[in-house]
Amino acid sequence: MRVGEMAEGNKFFDEMHGFDQAIRAPYQVFHELLSEIDPARLKRQSNKAEEFFRKTGITFNVYGEADAEERLIPFDLLPRIISAKEWRTLTKGIEQRIKALNAFLHDIYHRQEILRAGRIPATLIMENDAFLAQMVGVDPPGGIYTHIVGTDLVRTGPDDFFVLEDNARTPSGVSYMLENRETMLKMFPELFSRVGVETISDYPSLLRKSLAASAPMACQGKPTIAVLTPGVHNSAYYEHAFLADQMGVELVEGYDLKVVDGRICMRTTCGFEPIDVIYRRVDDEYLDPLNFNPDSLLGVPGIFDIYRAGGISITNAPGTGISDDKALYSYMPEIVEFYTGQKPILKNVETWRCSEPSSLQYVLENLAELVVKEVHGSGGYGMLVGPAANKAEIETFRRKLKANPANYIAQPTLALSTVPILTDAGLAPRHVDLRPFVLVSPQSIDVVPGGLTRVAMKEGSLVVNSSQGGGTKDTWVLSDE
Amino acid sequence: MLGRTASGLFWMMRYLERFENTARLIDAGFRMSLTRARTAESEWESVLTTAGTRDLYLQSHDRFSTRGVTEFLIADRDNPSSLFRSIAAARENARMTRTALTRDVWEAINETWLQFKRDHAALRHRTDLQDLLSSVRQQSALVRGSINGTMLRNDIFRFVILGAMIERADNTARVLDTKYYVLLPSSASVGSSLDIVQWEMILRSASAERSFHWLYGGEINPAAIVDFLIHDVRLPRSIAYCYDEIVATLEALELEYGKRTPAHDLAASHEAHITSSTSDVIVGSGLHEFLIDLIARNAALSGQIEQDYRFSN
Repeated sequence: MRVGEMAEGNKFFDEMHGFDQAIRAPYQVFHELLSEIDPARLKRQSNKAEEFFRKTGITFNVYGEADAEERLIPFDLLPRIISAKEWRTLTKGIEQRIKALNAFLHDIYHRQEILRAGRIPATLIMENDAFLAQMVGVDPPGGIYTHIVGTDLVRTGPDDFFVLEDNARTPSGVSYMLENRETMLKMFPELFSRVGVETISDYPSLLRKSLAASAPMACQGKPTIAVLTPGVHNSAYYEHAFLADQMGVELVEGYDLKVVDGRICMRTTCGFEPIDVIYRRVDDEYLDPLNFNPDSLLGVPGIFDIYRAGGISITNAPGTGISDDKALYSYMPEIVEFYTGQKPILKNVETWRCSEPSSLQYVLENLAELVVKEVHGSGGYGMLVGPAANKAEIETFRRKLKANPANYIAQPTLALSTVPILTDAGLAPRHVDLRPFVLVSPQSIDVVPGGLTRVAMKEGSLVVNSSQGGGTKDTWVLSDE
Repeated sequence: MLGRTASGLFWMMRYLERFENTARLIDAGFRMSLTRARTAESEWESVLTTAGTRDLYLQSHDRFSTRGVTEFLIADRDNPSSLFRSIAAARENARMTRTALTRDVWEAINETWLQFKRDHAALRHRTDLQDLLSSVRQQSALVRGSINGTMLRNDIFRFVILGAMIERADNTARVLDTKYYVLLPSSASVGSSLDIVQWEMILRSASAERSFHWLYGGEINPAAIVDFLIHDVRLPRSIAYCYDEIVATLEALELEYGKRTPAHDLAASHEAHITSSTSDVIVGSGLHEFLIDLIARNAALSGQIEQDYRFSN
């Protein structure tokens, strides 16, 4: 099929074409193979892929939409391809950032050197809801806070990668990374024999290993691991079940757990059995109704006390939210330098903190060009994309911003790179981001060679979140020749 | 295994079994309403009684029309035994226990749900109804086949079997109880063509009509029907068969867990009660009373299993 019919001179960097009509090196072989595939087959395979997702029940739940309780995330067949060289740079940058994040978390919950040194304002930490005072002085097993991270990256040019968010709490999407690859292997097996793509299929066993490496003092013998889910109605339930299944561990809910003899135990058909490591997909505030939100039905009363006493490992550690907070994000370059002594390898997006009067004034004057986000928002909700908004939307947002400036940050609207997707009218470029997944254990930091590429399916849209109609693509990291 | 997982497996299977049972009841009722238009209303009423939803039906309907009853049994969201609610609940339980199921089993259940929704959306005429019911049968066979063909024979499998057999024993007892009067020797019109149709309906509701004729050589009589559905372990829907399976399954769990449970003793005593009561004694001392007692015992056993294996806190 003919590809590359794009307008002369792309406004945006395209992963396949760059800024012009050429085929970029990582896409050379794939592009050749693609031109040999009959367009009708592409369409057929695309339908088959959708059928596969539906049959397997790879769905996510949308809050507040009664009829569409379970939805499929659109999957696009054209992969996002990253060269081995690009990947090495990204990996180094991510590792550096994650080392800094863990050092920062340890510092913030212990001596707070960075505050004493005046590198970031103390109020930013002390008045932050994500700061968990109960974690002060607590030493998580192996000193690791963020066992599982999903760093959000965007690209605007050949060498311009930016970190958009650090996602150090409970990042999701890794099941899509794995299922997307499985689907591609089923649909186009021949591509993988011609293009050298790094495998990602050992993620579940790596995850299991790195969770086991963080077992608590109380653990005797082989650690018992469990995945804690808020339940079947959570938007990411499929992923929770998938990961438990792939690792071969129990999927538990708060209701299955209780404290017995100083350990967190799960209720089995034969009685209560202790758990050593819990991979929780429940937010901090719901984790323990005795220590945090008393109304929570999702957590385990007393789990935090057991954690502090070394009776269980909670991954990611409670309180990690302070490190991926959107207001703190703007200080990441300082944080990386403070703890690693090096300049950050990956760029931060320029960020205006609306809590600061001069920044607020700038933001208010330039709303139509900026992206404004809630400090604690996620899922693409509660944000303004200036260039895509109409006058009324901007004015509504202006009022919200003025009423509570400290709740917002603003960033320039980035020219996110594009990757072609398959549409009814042929190939067409759509904006993407990239979320590589990282596992951290006391021994190593592993960046799995791949990731989740999210794609805005609507033409021109910059919002890639699945809750807002975004889709996904398989992500190929090429092996070295 | 988590107690909640055991619960999910047990109830997944109870609902799947109910899904199939309700479809069979609709099929039997539909056949009766076609062949005996005059008594159709009372036939539909007894179908509802068997499904245990007669009173619920009357809260929103005033007569037992074919249309009213079939719609109520197929897709009524307020009827917990409707096909829609049964398969939705079965799938919800399967989703909850997904890590305990093989991919084949999960996909079969998920596909059953998707297929039911498609069939229901396409339901326009009476012939579509037959399509829907036959696809319920086919899908149920697919689920059962994938369970038998792909699941490890460990505790996961045991709770699946327990759920199926408890639900099935309950269903067969209800099928008999709804029409117990046509099986009594005192019945005024014994041997009349009306009775024979009624007896056929009972057998059909338990998927037992062909096997019955095969074993009894076409001779149809109430005592044989009672004996067949209660005592004949060759029939996979007989109450004796269900209890045979239940006791064997609890024995396997005892071996696996190294502990005998009160539920096991209870099931064994129910089984002894069933096998020691001959059909003559049952019919002589009150078929209805026997069945009502059996339904209560079965429910008590279900509760004991939930307690012994820590389905909940």
